[in-house]
Amino acid sequence: MTDTSLIRNFSIIAHIDHGKSTLSDRLIQLCGNVTDREMQDQILDSMDIEKERGITIKAQTVRLDYKAKDGKVYQLNLMDTPGHVDFAYEVSRSLAACEGAVLVVDASQGVEAQTLANVYQALDNNLEILPVLNKIDLPSADEDRVKAQIEDVIGIDASGAIGVSAKTGLNVEQVLEAIVERLPPPSGDRNKPLKAMLIDSWYDTYLGVVVLVRVKEGVMKKGQRVKLMATGGAYPIDRVGIFRPKQETVEDLGPGEIGFFTAAIKQVADTRVGDTVTDEKNPTAEALPGFKPAQPVVFCGLFPVDAADFEDLREAMGKLRLNDASFSFEMETSAALGQGFRCGFLGLLHLEIITERLEREFNLDLITTAPSVIYNLHMTDGKMIEMHNPADMPDTMRIDHIEEPWIEATILVPDDYLGAVLKLCQDRRGRQKNLTYVGSRAMLVYDLPLNEVVFDFYDRLKSVSRGYASFDYHIRGYEEGDLVKLSVLVNAEPVDALSIVVHRSRSEQRGRAMCEKLKELIPQHLFKIPIQAAIGAKVIARETISALRKDVLAKCYGGDISRKRKLLDKQKKGKKKMREFGSVEIPQEAFIAALKMDEN
Amino acid sequence: MRSPIGPEPSSCSSTPVSAEAGRGAPGAAGVVAPEAFAVYVHWPFCAQKCPYCDFNSHVRHGGWDERAYLDAYLAEIASTARGLASRGPVESIFFGGGTPSLMQPGTVAGIIEAVEATFGVSDGCEITLEANPGSVEAGRFRGYLAAGVNRVSLGVQALDDGALKRLGRLHSLADALAALDIARATFDRVSFDLIYARPGMTEAVWEAELTTALRLGSDHLSLYQLTIEEGTPFADLHRAGKLHVPEPEIADRLYALTQDMTEAAGMPAYEISNHARPGQESRHNLVYWRYGSYVGLGPGAHGRELRPDGRVATVNERGPEAWMQRVAATGRGVIEDQVLTAEEQADELLLMGLRLSEGIDLVRLARVGGVRPDQAVIDRLAGLGVLEVFGNDRIRATRAGRFVLNEVVRQLSKSFRPDLA
Repeated sequence: MTDTSLIRNFSIIAHIDHGKSTLSDRLIQLCGNVTDREMQDQILDSMDIEKERGITIKAQTVRLDYKAKDGKVYQLNLMDTPGHVDFAYEVSRSLAACEGAVLVVDASQGVEAQTLANVYQALDNNLEILPVLNKIDLPSADEDRVKAQIEDVIGIDASGAIGVSAKTGLNVEQVLEAIVERLPPPSGDRNKPLKAMLIDSWYDTYLGVVVLVRVKEGVMKKGQRVKLMATGGAYPIDRVGIFRPKQETVEDLGPGEIGFFTAAIKQVADTRVGDTVTDEKNPTAEALPGFKPAQPVVFCGLFPVDAADFEDLREAMGKLRLNDASFSFEMETSAALGQGFRCGFLGLLHLEIITERLEREFNLDLITTAPSVIYNLHMTDGKMIEMHNPADMPDTMRIDHIEEPWIEATILVPDDYLGAVLKLCQDRRGRQKNLTYVGSRAMLVYDLPLNEVVFDFYDRLKSVSRGYASFDYHIRGYEEGDLVKLSVLVNAEPVDALSIVVHRSRSEQRGRAMCEKLKELIPQHLFKIPIQAAIGAKVIARETISALRKDVLAKCYGGDISRKRKLLDKQKKGKKKMREFGSVEIPQEAFIAALKMDEN
Repeated sequence: MRSPIGPEPSSCSSTPVSAEAGRGAPGAAGVVAPEAFAVYVHWPFCAQKCPYCDFNSHVRHGGWDERAYLDAYLAEIASTARGLASRGPVESIFFGGGTPSLMQPGTVAGIIEAVEATFGVSDGCEITLEANPGSVEAGRFRGYLAAGVNRVSLGVQALDDGALKRLGRLHSLADALAALDIARATFDRVSFDLIYARPGMTEAVWEAELTTALRLGSDHLSLYQLTIEEGTPFADLHRAGKLHVPEPEIADRLYALTQDMTEAAGMPAYEISNHARPGQESRHNLVYWRYGSYVGLGPGAHGRELRPDGRVATVNERGPEAWMQRVAATGRGVIEDQVLTAEEQADELLLMGLRLSEGIDLVRLARVGGVRPDQAVIDRLAGLGVLEVFGNDRIRATRAGRFVLNEVVRQLSKSFRPDLA
């Protein structure tokens, strides 16, 4: 146990690509925690997807021993937090475990929307902010401009900002000194009952569920029976430890310390981020504030391409959920796609990560249906139904009105692309709340319906701003809207998995775009196929796929058989990725691509 | 219903697959049994490459050592004969290319003699040689006749000098007509090829050309729609937008016109692109389409050999020199030698057999491939007018179905269910 005056807990806040992981690696290296041989780029992002996408999904922590210029050895706990809006709650809990934050800003790029959101969260948690300008070795770096921007936009003093190059190691030592000098130490009484915050948890093949905690008061040690206050579970602790970044068993964890414990906890779902861990026999009087259960906001259907893989999919989802309690699923049966699951996610990135992991780690071929949000259906009989799936829409005669979730979005965009971004927000039924300037960039605040955002808003935003716009949002609440169910009929048969809920004002445009896209995606058949979009019985858009006219080869002799057979085999395999609907084969990508359409 | 070509032997016997090799014995001359046995000889050289052709052909300006090639063919014949399962005599020998009419008649004679001596040939064995209709080649026709060739297939390609030039052919229309005359005076059986649906071709132009072709008195015609093949100069031009093939709708009309005119002239299609007076079908090509067995000799030749371990797909080395080296080293030019699974055989039988107007026998499909298409799919395709069920458990593509055959075959193949009866 370390004296609290010698402890510093901090997290690093940065936009993607601004160098958070590189700086973390340098700090770890400087404190001598890993040998050069062990030094792999971006030590903390351990999942493949995290490395590839340069994002952090799980909170991770590393304890560093730093001998400062004052001669004392300090315990520095570096917290690596998820950096994406989908994981805003996880970020807030990670930040709540720290007293300070190192704000890393790219000295050429300046502040981005995502950074802003996280900095505000850090300020809300009363964290001391230490600004660091990274990549000052690049010719395009402009420290003065970015410092002014930090003061201007975030409203904190940036005069003491340290200019570094995490890549070359320039001035990184100064950051360590500043952490010791300028960030406050934690406080907490070791004689009080145990009170620790659950920061994150995950499943480890060898250890079972590993729980990351920040001790606020009291002491945690092996053999102690602890209770998780929100879920009510109580467990004897098997092991208490820290990460350096390799795990290391320690005697105990005292006030201000960050570490992990393992107990006979069966699944990650039993451990909720933000929960309070206390001693079962000698509990703390009050749980820590700010706990809230994870709430999925985006839903979609996941179906195996090959119906025979259904059980494998169920098993894979069960395994993933062991490690990610924020993702939910329940059985769904679709007339078009057969048996699958309706899944809930924290956001679009979360959805993409989960589906990618299912396909990659479990080798599954999946059909993903259009993402949807939760609609509140107020029925004529006074009841309220939460609808997760457009296919479940009841008879409109029984619905009095429908409410949909709205978000408040903050978008930072260079002036050159402002017009295009404004048009995009306007097209998506956005309501402008604020437009200010941050240097040469506009900061837009918009209220937007979430259902307009989940389809392809982020893709479109990137495309109209050539990748320069940054975007962040939080859920604002529900509002009534004139929403209708748009169904799609292929060869006169409704395809339930293609139906979406859409605002009436946008229905015709969406229906038309969807029919056009499906015409592109569905191959020609031996007969012509009408494709229609309809609201109720009223067809609002229509396209026709003409019948196949000619595909035969003029010559086929003894030397052509093998090639023809291999081609046939390929076509047959390719068609496995198709779903037969009546006598029409619909390619799996149609179920999602039909909704990612270019509306211009 | 009777097959338009001649009855296949009854297919309802439960002969095991391994014994099928022995089923090639012909019932009567002129009849090609399903498991008939043939020999294909590939001659890889051409005087010049045609811009539409993706066959295995090579130009050697310095010429070639024909004696050495003959020796290689003879060596390959000897090695190939070892290892085959029991089989009937050779029903057909086919010299394809390349341009086989560049061969000296003595080389052709040497190969035919070796095939006869090694494999044994049936009475009235069809021996075809593909020839360019140029004056030089026509001069060798008597020599080929003496070597044993009894059928020639002339690559006329177009009955129009401008079109011949655009197709990159070396002969003129006058050359072709003269060669055709000599061929008909020399051989009992003469076929020629035409390429239609050429860039810019209208129905009127094709109607006139085909009318002329039908008057030329041949008993067999191969009428191919121009196909743009990857890796050819035509493919490059096509990609660059400098060569336009007729739209599918026009190609469709040209195809229908072809069927109508040839039927009226007594030469209906017995295969997608092949027309003959009854009895004049190419027996060699029927071996392929009826999924018989054949050995492939020479550079790039393919084979379907029945061996004790099953039906084997063979592919020879494509490069002429490399093929010759391989034969010298190993006795054969084979670089791929793969025993086909039942499923692969089913696909091959289906995709070849449905090209024929006689279609396929589902009982034989079950025997060779152990499968049967789903009846619901057959019914659906029949309902769409692309497939016909007839006779004793046979199916065939209709005229409309033959033009979209890939899709018809794919649907049937995808619906295969095990049939172990």
